[in-house]
Amino acid sequence: MTLDPATWLYPTPAGLYCEPGDFYIDPARPVGRAVITHGHADHARPGNAHVLATPQTLSIMQVRYGERAGGALQAIEPGEIVSINGVDVSVAPAGHILGAAQVILDWKGYRAVVSGDYKRSRDPTCAAFEVVKCDLFITEATFGLPVFRHEDAGTEARRLVGSLAASGRTHLLGVYGLGKCQRMISLVRAAGYDRPIYLHGALQGLCDYYVSQGIGLGELRPVAGASRDELAGELVLCPPSAIADRWSRRLGDPVTAFASGWMRVRARARQRGAELPLVVSDHADWPELIQTIADVGAGEIWVTHGREDALLHQISQMGLKGRALALVGFEDEGE
Amino acid sequence: MQAFAELMHRLAFTSSRNAKLDLMAAYFTSQPDPDRGIALAAMTDGLNLRLPFRRLVTEMLEPHVDPVLFRLSRDYVGDTAETVSLLWPDRETDMAAPSLAQIHAGLENLKPAEAGPQLAQWLDALDANGRWALLKLLTGALRVGVSARLAKTALARAFGKDVADVEEIWHGLELPYADLFAWLEGRAERPDPGETPVFRPVMLAHPLEDEDLAMITPDEWVAEWKWDGIRVQLAGNGAELRLYSRTGDDISPAFPDILDAFMGFHGVADGELLVVRGGKVAPFNDLQQRLNRKTVTAPMLKNYPAHIRFYDLLFEASNDLRGQPFPARRQRLEAVVSTLQNPAASLSGLVPFASVSDLADLRDGARDANIEGLMLKRLASAYLAGRPKGHWFKWKRSALTADCVMMYAQRGSGKRSSFYSDYTFGTWRTGADGRDELVPVGKAYSGFSDEELKKLDKFVRQNTTERFGPVRAVAPTLVLEVAFDAIQRSPRHKSGIAMRFPRIHRIRWDKPAAEADRLDTLETLIPG
Repeated sequence: MTLDPATWLYPTPAGLYCEPGDFYIDPARPVGRAVITHGHADHARPGNAHVLATPQTLSIMQVRYGERAGGALQAIEPGEIVSINGVDVSVAPAGHILGAAQVILDWKGYRAVVSGDYKRSRDPTCAAFEVVKCDLFITEATFGLPVFRHEDAGTEARRLVGSLAASGRTHLLGVYGLGKCQRMISLVRAAGYDRPIYLHGALQGLCDYYVSQGIGLGELRPVAGASRDELAGELVLCPPSAIADRWSRRLGDPVTAFASGWMRVRARARQRGAELPLVVSDHADWPELIQTIADVGAGEIWVTHGREDALLHQISQMGLKGRALALVGFEDEGE
Repeated sequence: MQAFAELMHRLAFTSSRNAKLDLMAAYFTSQPDPDRGIALAAMTDGLNLRLPFRRLVTEMLEPHVDPVLFRLSRDYVGDTAETVSLLWPDRETDMAAPSLAQIHAGLENLKPAEAGPQLAQWLDALDANGRWALLKLLTGALRVGVSARLAKTALARAFGKDVADVEEIWHGLELPYADLFAWLEGRAERPDPGETPVFRPVMLAHPLEDEDLAMITPDEWVAEWKWDGIRVQLAGNGAELRLYSRTGDDISPAFPDILDAFMGFHGVADGELLVVRGGKVAPFNDLQQRLNRKTVTAPMLKNYPAHIRFYDLLFEASNDLRGQPFPARRQRLEAVVSTLQNPAASLSGLVPFASVSDLADLRDGARDANIEGLMLKRLASAYLAGRPKGHWFKWKRSALTADCVMMYAQRGSGKRSSFYSDYTFGTWRTGADGRDELVPVGKAYSGFSDEELKKLDKFVRQNTTERFGPVRAVAPTLVLEVAFDAIQRSPRHKSGIAMRFPRIHRIRWDKPAAEADRLDTLETLIPG
């Protein structure tokens, strides 16, 4: 612990920068060399000259950005080490979405882990979070308040399936297109829902990619082309923004549902106009954040984005050194 | 309790009025007495449980939650009861969830020392949703988007009755409303309100639109000033007297001076509650000191004497005048007010006019800060409950505006709990050091669209210079064009002035802050 990590790893306007390696992690603007934790748009941005990420994350970036995914794309699997200017870079599963990884940096005997976004609860659509012992842990804090205790995702999926059966109305579920969408589909399948599920066009490409990776989602049909009668009483998934859009008018008077950790707080659920709020999240809830901070054994914890005040207080109560990283560009609304 | 918790939960997420009415109606027709009566009370007049809720909850949570984390959580969630329901640890318990009746009975017989343990036991037996509903019940404010009026409407609809028939007997009824439900279900006669002075639904006005102007003529309409107080109804039977707000809330306990002044009054009258000193109407700010209080102190009574300016008479003694046209009611009102001979009473004068253009001049010429504009009433109209079209109009004076600079922003509560939605703004003045400084002149949290709110919130987050809990100081760079009804002197404010009903009129993203208005410009707008 002789080395102050802030001398070689620090936030810049372009994002978190590793000086000896001369690369950025999840940069907010195009850079020469980027290491990307996962495919969400606020972490994986287009236009970097060189990108290092898991094969799934690279594929997701290609699905989303095509040619603009990056100049040179280099894949790294868990267990591999890529040395960049003397900094050893490796990855471990983050349990967030398909391909999501924690980035591990080893330099001069010091180990820093950048979590990206992560969760500890079970998710059949991606590899489970792996605890990596380290000296510095850089954590997210999207749900960094003790009021956030996510419900069991299976229970929430059964509420959705139950509501579909009870009301007979079409249910329009707003989900983030990458990760949440596929997880909700696989959860309602596990809850015994076997009717076709209808998708907004924006969700199709990533669902196809998940299926190609061996994640079964059952029968999916596009909303486009389906008549109003065909959609009556069915489950329809769309990006959250489409719910308030004219697009949704073809569904008559649907029950609007959202699946997100934010649904835990009524005011947030109401802001979204949710009639059926489902508390399902791909981010660690408060107990998971605390558990993880304890598990990794780091003496120093940096907090990237979210409700950092509360988590920093908790970190100091745990006798650890905490610091807020004022990183630009991350959003927590898409969750 | 589960049925009630589920009703509260569904109501909280239902925006359509009809869907809310259906949910409540289903509850009232399916749940047993006395549970449904207790729920009805909770949704209308409140249960008045008088538990020291905040202290109790803080004590109970203390062993489980760090105070800093509690405060941050509370700030984020925007609601104490919900925060506690989310923070309460899930524990294994053999106890069945309590019913609403059990909870109500339990609370009535509770000794103060037992309150904490009893509440903890109930919270343990409930899930997060049930805990939330129980705690909302205890705070006395459900905040699920249901007014007392809407709950009564749902009740009437559930049993095929007219809500006015419920409203008229309402204040003679008592928890848990067994006789009310018996009547609604056809098992008994309509309860007789007896000697209790009851609330009669109030007649409300529509804002005057340009296309309405053509029909306003002096031979068919009268004009009155629209006074800037609160609309009230005085109801008495000679022995008992009540003061009701326009929504039917009994506000008598906060106005013993009114009860004294009108002792013996028999009838139902409509008027504006004002603070009047030496015959002069005081600013709304003064009346504000008297509102939303359960009790009132002697100095308050002396410094802020309440007064009713009468608009209309619904009943003279037991004689129902509501079916009669305005001139007949007005004649009886004038007679009644003159026999009162009471300094706490005055008549709202009629404003003579010859044409609509006269009215427009009168409206804009009214410099008195306590006049909001004009009321226009059709002579031929009866006193009709609710907001019927084409009978009464309100014609507000056009607002004043000033360019101010945003200084602080505060997170909202409820639906806006994650947004910086309340803005304190200032105007320039020359400081002690001879340099220009901003001095706060008001606070506004309305007048912008949801889209604009998002932009404002983003501006606040990106321009924060200091944080004080839920408040942020921002770099003084954004000009807000603020609209307001009037400006009054106010020694309580650092600027020495107070705005009446300030709201954001426009966001001047384009305007340099140095070009915003100066305090002395605003001072010229103070009347008198």
